[in-house]
Amino acid sequence: MSQVIAADIAVEFPIYGTQSRSLKNTFIRAATGGILARDAAQRVVIRALNNVSFSFKEGDRVGIIGHNGSGKSTLLRVIAGAYEPTRGTINVQGKVASMLSISIGMEAEATGLENIHLRGTIMGLKPREIEALTEGIADFSELGDYLDMPLRTFSSGMYMRLAFAISTSVPADIIVMDEWLSVGDTSFYEKAQQRLKAMIDRSKILFLASHDENLIRKNCNIMMRLNHGEMTGLERIC
Amino acid sequence: MSTTRHSNLTLALQDLKSGVCSIYIWPMLGWQEIRQRYRRSMLGPFWLTISTGILVGAMGPLYGRLFGQDISAYFPYLAISLVTWLLISTTVNELCLAFIAAEGFIKQIKLPLTIHVLRVVWKNLIVFTHNLVIVALVLLFYPPPLSLNLLLFPVALFFIVANALWVGILLGLMCARFRDIPQIVASLMQVALFLTPVMWKAEMLGRNIYAAKINPLFHFLEIVRQPLLGGPMPTLSWFVVITITCCGYLAALAVFSRFRARIAYWV
Repeated sequence: MSQVIAADIAVEFPIYGTQSRSLKNTFIRAATGGILARDAAQRVVIRALNNVSFSFKEGDRVGIIGHNGSGKSTLLRVIAGAYEPTRGTINVQGKVASMLSISIGMEAEATGLENIHLRGTIMGLKPREIEALTEGIADFSELGDYLDMPLRTFSSGMYMRLAFAISTSVPADIIVMDEWLSVGDTSFYEKAQQRLKAMIDRSKILFLASHDENLIRKNCNIMMRLNHGEMTGLERIC
Repeated sequence: MSTTRHSNLTLALQDLKSGVCSIYIWPMLGWQEIRQRYRRSMLGPFWLTISTGILVGAMGPLYGRLFGQDISAYFPYLAISLVTWLLISTTVNELCLAFIAAEGFIKQIKLPLTIHVLRVVWKNLIVFTHNLVIVALVLLFYPPPLSLNLLLFPVALFFIVANALWVGILLGLMCARFRDIPQIVASLMQVALFLTPVMWKAEMLGRNIYAAKINPLFHFLEIVRQPLLGGPMPTLSWFVVITITCCGYLAALAVFSRFRARIAYWV
């Protein structure tokens, strides 16, 4: 069973090389960004998340809303397992697909086919599993003979098509996404949206961060509000 | 991150184990780095062989003469020493950047951190294999006495790799936090080339041979080159290397357990 439970998590980024800044002991509240503070050892830290607790189960489609620097991306990275919270615990059960950067692992000098292999391996697939998916990816991306060309010859649109095609072909229980992915020109766009929707429908839990409330209302059934790294609202929507 | 709360040591060991077991990821990343550098070059990675060949070929006769050595004994000694030294020093220098260079990966997806260390080790092992061609050629022209000790060569390589792993975890972590360490290590390794018996032989020190023996790098070189040169089994060196391996892993594990989760915040 897939679930994600966070108990009072906090994430503090240490900032080195700013010791001389006169922050004194006061907190500085900027209009944007996490809270600047000092930790126990008097180092300057950015408190990107603070006191965040939740529990999500299968079927939950969680939309995370907040302005720039409210901690959305940090929270997604905690759920994806890249950052371990500096305080509190998070318990993630299920295979997580991090769609935070869908092209990570791809190389400009390698060919399209090689990149399918590279990206697939980074996403945790075995060579045999990649072989099985390659044809589907090639078909979907409509890149044809370009797959034998180095990635640097691709236009940025083609590049994103390939990254998208690979990343959406790996099944996952929990999907973590920063803003809704949209790639391609008009004809490809529709196809890509369908594929992404299908992938999300097959998944058990979705985390989607956005500053667009309409997008979240359309695709999610739970809305979480973040403000200065604190959860200011958690409501069920339909 | 599962239902039971694991101790930091368990998590560190898990990272180490799943990292080593990710046998599709780190060999691919290491190999990719080599291919990246030599793509569209005709000879590809064999440029490594050629440049090392030129280095050994030029230095052999010169330093042999300078040190008044018999060329047929000195040439193989220099070839093996230089190639092994290149393996050790380049690996150590690149291990400093193991986590820093993998920032993109570390901040986006969950992978065992050990993978980034193994990527560096694997890449350098591939380079070493290419350089080994030079050693083979030199040994063909100046064949050393064969001995059963030759069987210790792969064992010695295994120890080099095993040590690279803990050095990488320790150094990579420290360098991620303190960005001056890579520079310090680089200058130390540069000096170490001259202070370690790489181009010269420990025996040349005469009564002062202890100056070579207190240098741990000397012992790592000895376990690799003595089997190939048909020399006696370097018992002291093996003893030192095995001791360093054990102590190194204990130290690296202690530091890794304590700070593993912080690496993502530092890079």
